[in-house]
Amino acid sequence: MIDLDHDILVAFAKSFGLFYLMALSIGVVVYACWPSNKKRFERAARSVLDDEEGPWR
Amino acid sequence: MVAGLTKGERQFAIVISVVLALCGLFLAGAGHQRPLGVHGLLIAFLGIATVFVVLSGYIAPEPSEERLSSYYDDPSKAGIIIAMIWAIFAMFIGDWVAWLLAYPEMTFDAAWASFGRLRPVHTTGVIFGFGGNALIATSFHVMQRTCRARMPDQLSPWFVLLGYNLFCILAVSGYFIGVTQSKEYAEPEWYADIWLVIVWVTYFVLYLRTLARRQEPHIYVANWYYLAFILVVAVLHIVNNLAVPVSLGHAKSYSAFSGVQDAMTQWWYGHNAVAFFLTAGFLGMLYYYLPKRAERPIFSYRLSIISFWGITFLYMWAGSHHLHYTALPHWVQTLGMTFSVMLLVPSWASAGNALLTLNGAWHRVRDDATLRFMMVAAVFYGISTFEGSFLAIRPVNSLSHYTDWTVGHVHAGALGWVAFITFGSIYAVVPILWKRERMYSARLVEVHFWLALAGTLIYVFAMWNSGIIQGLMWRTYTESGTLAYSFIDSLVAMHPYYVARAIGGLLFLIGAAIGFYNIWMTVRTAREEPLEPVADRPIASDTPAGAVQPGE
Ligand code: HEM
Ligand code: HEM
Repeated sequence: MIDLDHDILVAFAKSFGLFYLMALSIGVVVYACWPSNKKRFERAARSVLDDEEGPWR
Repeated sequence: MVAGLTKGERQFAIVISVVLALCGLFLAGAGHQRPLGVHGLLIAFLGIATVFVVLSGYIAPEPSEERLSSYYDDPSKAGIIIAMIWAIFAMFIGDWVAWLLAYPEMTFDAAWASFGRLRPVHTTGVIFGFGGNALIATSFHVMQRTCRARMPDQLSPWFVLLGYNLFCILAVSGYFIGVTQSKEYAEPEWYADIWLVIVWVTYFVLYLRTLARRQEPHIYVANWYYLAFILVVAVLHIVNNLAVPVSLGHAKSYSAFSGVQDAMTQWWYGHNAVAFFLTAGFLGMLYYYLPKRAERPIFSYRLSIISFWGITFLYMWAGSHHLHYTALPHWVQTLGMTFSVMLLVPSWASAGNALLTLNGAWHRVRDDATLRFMMVAAVFYGISTFEGSFLAIRPVNSLSHYTDWTVGHVHAGALGWVAFITFGSIYAVVPILWKRERMYSARLVEVHFWLALAGTLIYVFAMWNSGIIQGLMWRTYTESGTLAYSFIDSLVAMHPYYVARAIGGLLFLIGAAIGFYNIWMTVRTAREEPLEPVADRPIASDTPAGAVQPGE
């Protein structure tokens, strides 16, 4: 068995979140602000205003 | 209901009901005279009743192909009515519990009416009965519109809605007869929990199948919130309820966790129940119904995406703030506290986004009580999240924990945010679902609004006062270093606030009852009948669409 003692486990538990949450927040901001997404977002935001005609087929 | 199902779906519905009834009979046999036996009989009875309902409509002609060119709204309609019934029932119990705290004699010496049994009836009834049904009903509406696609079949939405209500009935009836696993907001025992897993997975799959049929390239943000609600609640529910029953014939079970691990799992669950049941799903409502009712696109779509990921990923780590000053390692408490404070950022981003959407349409908010419900909800969302981040700071929590301050925070969120956004969304969606011009009476919506607002303010202020007084009395020392007040002293000091809270709750309950009457009359009133002159519709566009370019 690998010697994964308590201290190593705690050190990992205390720190991995820092890196993955940083990566996540950068990723999200980049996605949200990516210029070519702007059109889709605007379209989506308007699309809910008028949607009662029934499903498109 | 049955007429909307195809032949194959009717047959499948009968099969499901028969299997359910057989499971019920098994539990009834194995459970003998014990509470589990009662639940077994209840399940068997409901299963058989469903078989008869389906059979009675079995020979009706099948729905025509034309149905495919409209959305499938029957389950949403049923869900809204069921949600309102739960609202009245559970808030009635809530107010009873409130009077009970002021006048403890009101248990009438009956075990089922004791505080310990009525309280979870209230919390389960409002959160899962009222909130859950409203979420299911509106999610069916929202997912179809935003995808421009009809649900893939007619049976699974009914299975989700009715199956979910079976879970709620098992939960609430269980508390009255003493069945509970004593985990707050997760009280139902193993058999009800297993049933909910089946229902919830069906719900998740139904949502994904509808999204897969979508005609819109981009998935509108409200769906992300609803999906986060469904997915995370599934994960939380399964993990927190891992348990081993005493036997298949016994309701009691023992948790797979023990000691501080059990506490941490429970409050990881408990806080994320707040986050994903009482927040994410209702933000889905907010992001759909508020722009629609205001007839303005959301202020910043980008911000709504950023706050979505912020909320989903930060909330996951905040649960330990419920366990300050316990055996939980100090660093885990600090972690929960830090994440709770950071949570304020995406929370206020959402609240601000909603309010900025209304900026420029304030005259509508003034004239339209439905939109006002949604606006107040956004304000209370801002207040309760600010308060929550504050309460999560360890030294603040040392004052607030165990006091009515927590209860005040809970109801600022539950009444001011959850119930307000729900009522606003229901008033917006009912005329659409039943194809009416408007609600039966705009004046009654107005009355409901003011009763609800007055009730919430009375409730919350009473609890803030009471909680802080209570907390301070418990930590006041005399010169000789002994406690200045006994526990009973603090109880006596609470009494006037408890009476005030019960009155505030009564106003809120009356408002909900008026709302139910209004909805009922809207449904009952035939389409052609002339309605009240005051319109309860979004006021016609006065700015040309496209004149405002928000968010960029
Ligand atoms: C008529 C309106 C309501 C009244 C009078 C009311 C009253 C109460 C009372 C008396 C308690 C027990 C407090 C204690 O143990 O000291 C309670 C707890 C609770 N209520 Fe309500 N309630 C109402 C509406 C709601 C709504 C609409 C929700 C949720 C959507 C809600 C969620 C809760 C929760 C989560 C708790 C448990 C709080 C905790 O453990 O800290 N209530 N309520
Ligand atoms: C940023 C957002 C929020 C944070 C950081 C937060 C934080 C907290 C804290 C620190 C407590 C007290 C824990 C204790 O002393 O035991 C608490 C309790 C509670 N909060 Fe919040 N809160 C937030 C938002 C909300 C919202 C929006 C709602 C409701 C809709 C809500 C519902 C509750 C409930 C039901 C409890 C009582 C749990 C119990 O039974 O003990 N919270 N929250």
